[in-house]
Amino acid sequence: MSTATVAINAAARAPKRAIPGFGTTLGFSIFYLSLIVLIPLAGVFFRASGLGLDGLWHVLSSPRVLHALSLSFVAAFIAAAINAVFGGIVAWVFVRYEFPGKRLLDAVIDLPFALPTAVAGIALTALYSPNGWIGELLTPLGIKVAYTRLGIVVALTFIGLPFIVRTVEPVLREVEKDLEEAAATLGAARWHTVSRVILPAVMPALVTGFALAFARGVGEYGSVIFIAGNFPNLTEIAPLLITIKLDEFDYQGATAIAAAMLMISFGLLLVINLLQAWARKRGGTQ
Amino acid sequence: MSMAAARADAAELLNASYDVARAVYQDLNLAFIADWKQKTGESLTIDQSHGGSSKQARAVIDGLEADVVSMNNPLDIDAIAKAGLLPLDWQARLPNHSSPSWSPILFIVRKGNPKNIRDWDDLIKPGVQIIIPNPKTSGNGRYSYLAAWQYARSKPGGSDDTAIVFEQKLFANVPVLDTGGRGATTTFAQRELGDVLLTFENEVSLIRGEFGADKFRVVIPSLTVRADNPIALVDKVAAKKNTTKAAQAYLQFHYTRAAQEIFAKNGLRPIDAAVLKAHAAEFPAVNVFDVDQAFGGWPKAQADHFADGASFDKIIAAAHR
Amino acid sequence: MTLSHSQSAQTLPFEPLMQRNAAITEARWVRATLTAIAILFLAGFLLLPLLSVFVTALSKGIGAYFASFGSAETQAAIKLTLLAAGIAVPANLVFGLSAAWAITKFEFRGKQFLMTLIDLPFSVSPVVAGLIYILVFGAQGWAGPWFSAHDIKVVFAVPGIVLATIFVTFPFIARELIPLMQELGTDDEQAALSLGASGWQTFWHVTLPNIKWGLLYGVLLCNARAMGEFGAVSVVSGHIRGLTNTMPLHIEILYNDYQFVPAFAVASLLALLALITLAAKSLLEWRFADQLAATRRH
Repeated sequence: MSTATVAINAAARAPKRAIPGFGTTLGFSIFYLSLIVLIPLAGVFFRASGLGLDGLWHVLSSPRVLHALSLSFVAAFIAAAINAVFGGIVAWVFVRYEFPGKRLLDAVIDLPFALPTAVAGIALTALYSPNGWIGELLTPLGIKVAYTRLGIVVALTFIGLPFIVRTVEPVLREVEKDLEEAAATLGAARWHTVSRVILPAVMPALVTGFALAFARGVGEYGSVIFIAGNFPNLTEIAPLLITIKLDEFDYQGATAIAAAMLMISFGLLLVINLLQAWARKRGGTQ
Repeated sequence: MSMAAARADAAELLNASYDVARAVYQDLNLAFIADWKQKTGESLTIDQSHGGSSKQARAVIDGLEADVVSMNNPLDIDAIAKAGLLPLDWQARLPNHSSPSWSPILFIVRKGNPKNIRDWDDLIKPGVQIIIPNPKTSGNGRYSYLAAWQYARSKPGGSDDTAIVFEQKLFANVPVLDTGGRGATTTFAQRELGDVLLTFENEVSLIRGEFGADKFRVVIPSLTVRADNPIALVDKVAAKKNTTKAAQAYLQFHYTRAAQEIFAKNGLRPIDAAVLKAHAAEFPAVNVFDVDQAFGGWPKAQADHFADGASFDKIIAAAHR
Repeated sequence: MTLSHSQSAQTLPFEPLMQRNAAITEARWVRATLTAIAILFLAGFLLLPLLSVFVTALSKGIGAYFASFGSAETQAAIKLTLLAAGIAVPANLVFGLSAAWAITKFEFRGKQFLMTLIDLPFSVSPVVAGLIYILVFGAQGWAGPWFSAHDIKVVFAVPGIVLATIFVTFPFIARELIPLMQELGTDDEQAALSLGASGWQTFWHVTLPNIKWGLLYGVLLCNARAMGEFGAVSVVSGHIRGLTNTMPLHIEILYNDYQFVPAFAVASLLALLALITLAAKSLLEWRFADQLAATRRH
């Protein structure tokens, strides 16, 4: 279905004045992509294929592996959803309101990228462990964060935050106020303006940010192992299982899990990208 | 830079080692470099690489050009041997199965020993929290697990079956499985989690130095495991780099009195009886067993206990249901 | 598409003045609540962790903090990190521009597929991101023996570290530019070309000014991540002290030696490097505010 729509689209746009550089840029992009990403990644599938179908099935169908995979994907999903809501609010507040300290906060947003993940994990564990600044407040309420699944979500929320804020912020800046004004003068209530005018405009960026934060969270290792308890079938994430298999010199088992994670992530990202392209086209024809 | 110039004409050795050996090797390398210079007139550089023991072994297999490896269990060197980089009988090439130092697993408890922990049986009491790193990812964890197993089955009426039950109770009391020994120490000392930490003796003095000498007490259990720290020449790499002679001399140096002193100063038990005697105050007598005797060698222990789906996986699944 | 409609409306010469009025903002209490939520959220997830890094780094006084940077190994780590980022960022910059140009200026089959492939490195676990280069260039890998025979070290040496850094920061610049250039469309380029400009001239004088802020943003994020990457680099580094340890790896070593002050001091330096680049960005934005507004109106 996707290729058909793309083909029709190409036909429709063909008669425009030719912009140069298609061959060069696409050629270089694919070359570089293959060299840095695709060929090395193929090694994962090549190694995993040494197991054969039965062997792959044996590795991937073990309850422990299934649990670790579902934990990684579910925790990343929840963290990305939290980021979509709160990161969205943060972006909105940054773009639309003025308050003291805004510049500083704005500058801090990218920190999760710059701080090595291990440092992030250590800092978060220190904060959320029962004797930490935040853990101290939560423990009397019966909330345990460090060494639980909640801790994993906290770490992944930290890791994914910049993706949402930094993809939504520029688009939100672009949404023209006069469109809102127009809606307002036509008598639309503020809430309607937000939900009918602003939200649709921001949605693609929000979904992109969500997808990137989610994808990043699925594979995250460094920050999570400090704050998770790392118990099998409980708080053991898939990347940790890969590490364990490697420590047993079991490259095939490790690459089998890696390949499964890659396939699932790729599938989800592809669906999200296709949905976005579809939404853009539908929006365009309206 | 002068360092770069020195590197160009001098031999350069790389010692790929496990995590916690960093401090020891800083001293030992300096001593050997001086010794080598005096004996041969050659200046030598020794680069250090440290990481998790298995991770380091994998790096050497995958091409990290280490002339010498020093690990915290023989299994990791066996893996390198299987990849063809050194002969399979490497343990026979140097004294004491190629292990110039060793360390027992001990208990560290908080000041005043509030939970009154004296031996292994006290660890499995309800309400005691134990900090042990993950046996799947750390040598420290593996040794602790094996020590508990051996203790449980050496008790009157003990067997492998009672050992399983013992381990289940033990790991039910473990609130977090850090991936490495140092991480577990931080959890215990800085996060103040747990009543007892299981770790190597050579970690004790460092822990006391960093976190406060009076905050912790050492408890020596009635039986514990002896963790040997084997070393080996990586023949293929040394031959390629033309460093075999220096590398061999470096390994021999581990057994000299000077090096044995350095081990002792860093909290590792020397195999030289005279040096051990001189440091008797720091190294009280311990009743230890050897993994080779008790578990039929490391390869068997690994297969029976730590391989995918083996005893430890079953125990940890049952302990945290 | 909704946005391009608003965009084309905007190109009218008489553009309504942008005024803040009651109809396009929220009630005071809504603004206060949203701001409070945003600040609390950021405080819990970002500011406190950052603060704890600095508190630990400074816990033994300012002297101990600065002494942390004195060791030769720390300095070697800082140099190596700057080198790796210095190669990875320009490489990904060229790729990002090229990929964004191909994807946004042309229609072709499999575009979504290509975009998903570009996103892929984000979803690859750092553990695996390092491993893939071992599988190719390691002694047991496909290409390893050839490189070894020609005495070229890739993994466990600087080239491997650079490769891993490029991999983990691969999508940033492309990802930042693609949505922006999609927004901008091709009208400006079409116009320039019809006036006789060459492809390069069009790119330099029309496209680049339009996208420079997005580009700068992508570069900053890419740079931050390049300097901060731990997992992937850890796999290919070999951890040779003073030779193949980057700042994040050196932090791990220090931390594992219970040298918390130096460990967090180096971590704080990474955070500061990120903050400095961001401050530079803010300064540029402020300095060129008019120009920026003009670009946005495009």
